[in-house]
Amino acid sequence: MMPILLTPSDLAIAAVLIVLDAGLSLALRLALHTQLIWAAVRMVVQLVLVGFVLRLVFSMASPLATLAVILAMVAVAGSEVAARPEQRLGRFGNYAVGASAVAFATFLTAILALTTAIRPQPWYDARYAIPFAGIILGNVLNSGSLALDSLLGGVVRERLAIEAQLALGASYGQAMRGLIRTSVRRALLPIINQMSAAGVVTLPGIMTGQILAGMDPMEAAKYQILLMFLLSGGSGLAAVTVVYLAAMRLTDDRQRLRIDRLSAKARG
Amino acid sequence: MSFPPPLSGGACPGLDPGGWEEKAAASPSPPPPAPLPQGEGEGTSAFRLRIVDLRSRLAGPFNLELPAGECLAITGPSGSGKSLCLRMIADLDASEGDVLLDGAHRLSFSAPAWRRKVVYNAAEPGWWHERVSEHFRGGILEFARTMLPRLALAAELLGSDIVRLSTGERQRMALIRALALQSPVLLLDEPTGALDQDSTDLVEVVLRERLAAGTTILMVTHSAAQAERLARRHLRMENRRLVPT
Repeated sequence: MMPILLTPSDLAIAAVLIVLDAGLSLALRLALHTQLIWAAVRMVVQLVLVGFVLRLVFSMASPLATLAVILAMVAVAGSEVAARPEQRLGRFGNYAVGASAVAFATFLTAILALTTAIRPQPWYDARYAIPFAGIILGNVLNSGSLALDSLLGGVVRERLAIEAQLALGASYGQAMRGLIRTSVRRALLPIINQMSAAGVVTLPGIMTGQILAGMDPMEAAKYQILLMFLLSGGSGLAAVTVVYLAAMRLTDDRQRLRIDRLSAKARG
Repeated sequence: MSFPPPLSGGACPGLDPGGWEEKAAASPSPPPPAPLPQGEGEGTSAFRLRIVDLRSRLAGPFNLELPAGECLAITGPSGSGKSLCLRMIADLDASEGDVLLDGAHRLSFSAPAWRRKVVYNAAEPGWWHERVSEHFRGGILEFARTMLPRLALAAELLGSDIVRLSTGERQRMALIRALALQSPVLLLDEPTGALDQDSTDLVEVVLRERLAAGTTILMVTHSAAQAERLARRHLRMENRRLVPT
């Protein structure tokens, strides 16, 4: 069964809704119309560009091109993870921690899915590898940034408690254990919510997309289930990696708490 | 580098030495260290604590020699580096130079083992559990029970939440926590800063007992009278250097 293809005029009709929104903004003096139109234009340009790039990469069927696209996505996600927290680790620590955790979690989860569950021929087929990496990245980014923000903020907030334990002879690992736990826990809450609400509160995006593309709902549900497992696996991996990498950067060979390696983000 | 095991494992650490990952030489509550002979003998071990050219970007260099059972008081204006100095001795802040405990270099100890012997008690104590008693695990809880009345603290306080304690109560609780380790050296940062005169007297009685038993104490205090009462030596911190009074 073929999906129903959209023509430019179909899109133009839908774009009337944006114009309607802009009109409302003018009528109600919301002062949102510029932003709204601008965001809509950006969205269209970005998605058309991505469509072009993906079409190109799919036609190239080159593992190197696929890898390059995924690495670029990882780099962007890593910098997002690094940018969220109020606190900054010295020597580009946020970026190093964010990018390596995101890359590790995404590659591991995506490769697992592609080689065991989906098994396209070849397994690195761009048509599967890129969308999977993208969905996983989105979630990994979310949990990674929550974990990093929680850990770095917590270290500053709970400095006295951590140092009191160190001063009484606790190892760095023991002194940090509570904070490490809460950080990972916080990072995993969104994916847990997402799983428990899936299908009841929201119809997940992939499943919706698959159904629109003509797939049998039961098949679409199976896809979504697989994906949810991948997402929670990826989120967990990213959260744990972020937290441990960041915690390691906050100590030294004498198990001190090196809060001097943290600085507050410059506001402006 | 030793690093925490994955998230499995027991509750957060209390003070139970049995729970340390380190190969701690620890029965839960060793007796107070015996006093060392205080002679002017040759060799490093005549001193309980020797501080040799201890310095960092922020403070020092410090040079001190303290026999067992001696109390050194450090006074000086806020921000002059008194806490920094104690933190460097406890190896909580990075520093160069050496500190020797009974002749043994601090690097010959693991960092946690060193901090169990050279115990730093901060002016503003930190707490990592909700309830007071959770900070006192195992044999240490028994120790705390015997110490509470001596510092005019009600036994029921052990069962209450940290946030319900007054500043003075918290300060005394933290002191009990530090005393419970029975360490050969105590680094006390304004141990009676938040206490009234009666409580201060009680704390001083306990500290004097420790001194008599051979514990070496470095104490930061704002009270010249307290320095006079407890300490044989008294130095001033000025511009991050120790100078005679």
